[in-house]
Amino acid sequence: MAEVEVSSLTKEFPGGARALDGLDLRTVDGEFFALLGPSGCGKTTLLRTIAGLEAPTAGKVTIGGRDVTRLPPGDRDVAMVFQDYALYPHMTVTDNVAYPLKIKKVAKEARRGTAAEVASDLQLDTLLERRPGQLSGGQQQRVALARAIAVRPKVFLFDEPLSNLDARLRLEARTFLKRLQRELGVTTVYVTHDQSEALALADRMAVMEAGRIRQLGTPSEVFHRPANLFVAGFIGSTPMNLLPARVENGALRVAGGLLPLPAAAAGRVADGEEATLGARPEYVALGPPEDADGLSGTVALLENLGTGFLVSVECDGATVQAVVPEGGEPGVGDRVAVRVDRDRALVYRAGDGELVAAAPRAG
Amino acid sequence: MAAQGSGGAGGREVVAGLLSRLGLYLFVVVVSAYFALPMLWLLLTPFSTRPSLAATLPGVTLDNFRGVFENPYVLTSLRNSLLLALYTMALVVASATLAAYALSRVRLPGRDLLLYVLLLFSSVVSGTAAMVPLFLLMFQLDLVNTYLGVTLALTGGLLPAAIFILKDFMDGTPASYEESARVFGASPLQVLRDVVAPLVRPGLAVIAVWTLVNVWGNFLMPFILLRDPDVAPASVVMFSFYTEGGQANLRLLAAFSLLYSVPVVLLYVFVNRRYGFRFYGGIKR
Repeated sequence: MAEVEVSSLTKEFPGGARALDGLDLRTVDGEFFALLGPSGCGKTTLLRTIAGLEAPTAGKVTIGGRDVTRLPPGDRDVAMVFQDYALYPHMTVTDNVAYPLKIKKVAKEARRGTAAEVASDLQLDTLLERRPGQLSGGQQQRVALARAIAVRPKVFLFDEPLSNLDARLRLEARTFLKRLQRELGVTTVYVTHDQSEALALADRMAVMEAGRIRQLGTPSEVFHRPANLFVAGFIGSTPMNLLPARVENGALRVAGGLLPLPAAAAGRVADGEEATLGARPEYVALGPPEDADGLSGTVALLENLGTGFLVSVECDGATVQAVVPEGGEPGVGDRVAVRVDRDRALVYRAGDGELVAAAPRAG
Repeated sequence: MAAQGSGGAGGREVVAGLLSRLGLYLFVVVVSAYFALPMLWLLLTPFSTRPSLAATLPGVTLDNFRGVFENPYVLTSLRNSLLLALYTMALVVASATLAAYALSRVRLPGRDLLLYVLLLFSSVVSGTAAMVPLFLLMFQLDLVNTYLGVTLALTGGLLPAAIFILKDFMDGTPASYEESARVFGASPLQVLRDVVAPLVRPGLAVIAVWTLVNVWGNFLMPFILLRDPDVAPASVVMFSFYTEGGQANLRLLAAFSLLYSVPVVLLYVFVNRRYGFRFYGGIKR
């Protein structure tokens, strides 16, 4: 019942630092929306501005169609989970979860009942009388979630809630969080600097840089077709190969070899144009050196990924990385042919770093 | 390490080390004695049959205490001291909490300078130099001989340091605690009451006790602003313990001094047990 919309949102901090730069964004009701970007890109400022903890310099914030730009945080019908959870160390779990209801003047019995109910949904029943200091990180995180759920807000705002958990617990909590959001169906804005978290959780996501949105789309769109070199370099757990290239007779001169022009760029680049070829290591294959077409090089390094290997190949001065399944890895020093999946490779213009592709779909 | 020293050189080093250590101990003993002797006097003389200025105990008696309780002003003066200390404590803690919270959270240009200037002038406000104008001010306000007058004057003197100490504690509470409360709709006063104040309880305890002890031991302010012996606190009443001959009445003074010190010591022990004395912020989670 509530979508979040920000329009021409600008936030300048005293001293002139511009955290948000005329930003427009609209979430769909009930969706899990991730804001992804490196630190300092303005994603947390955007979240805090939606929450009302920061006042925008210019622009408008609406929640569920209601202009809340000038409303204090408490009147916006949002609940926020902080990176450090912000649980009150002097209160028990019950009191922590019930505190928002106390502020809303819910009677003591009723709010304790709600707190117990929500806590039991999150498997916290046995911990109700503990204090945050006596809980593990994962338990604290669930208490923070319970406290947010107890107020039945229109929008959840999450500020990197998983980043204080260790790696294994983070994956469990991620699955838990996604299921919870599905069940509750509450619009969620989720800030993270971890691209795998954003890809895994979000229905749609925005990749931010320097106060602007560089790409907006579903995780699949952002992963498969990064709109520019910034997004291409940021998304993916193994970094995308970005190789300087030049168009020659409908093919690409890359790293001393000639590659067929990727399908998406066919007919959209001119001969002699400088460009950058983008290919995820997952879409690069290695073959025996006698395969003539494509690139060839020498294997310089192997990194074990568990189910496969990340192989670095030196091709005429450039390093190309490929992911090969376990058992199929070459040895260091071997000569190999490098083949790039033509349907999945991308071409970026040398000038502005934008993707060469059919006109982007509206939205 | 010591084994590396060879022959005579090693021996000389050992002697030099011993001598310097001996000198250090001697110094510590002299300094400790300097501070311990008055304490010893305070502990022994109240029970002495012949009180003098020396810390001796020729014979043990409790008669000195009987003398104290026969003095008509003693019990009222202790009660007056307590009232004055409690009033001032309440005022200092309440005002310092609000002021420190505001100063800790609001970005005010020149905030630190303001605090330092206040701190500097606080010693002037309750200091000797300001006594005449302060008395005149209280006289104009018709507050001479009232607890309100003394309480206000003492609060003025203690408040800056109390704010300074408490602000440090409040600076140590994470902003996210308050922000989460604000997102839930809590007003600044609710945030202060429900979240910040419980977290800075050690700080509140420190300034409360510090105020109590300060007021309990303050002589000049009540001496000047309270003209009536019925309302005078213990520190002022003690000043009137003379014999008919005009000598200091050591019997009375010694016993009363002990009674007068005990509450402060007990308070210190209690707070130290409960919170531990710290003059800086930070939260144990």
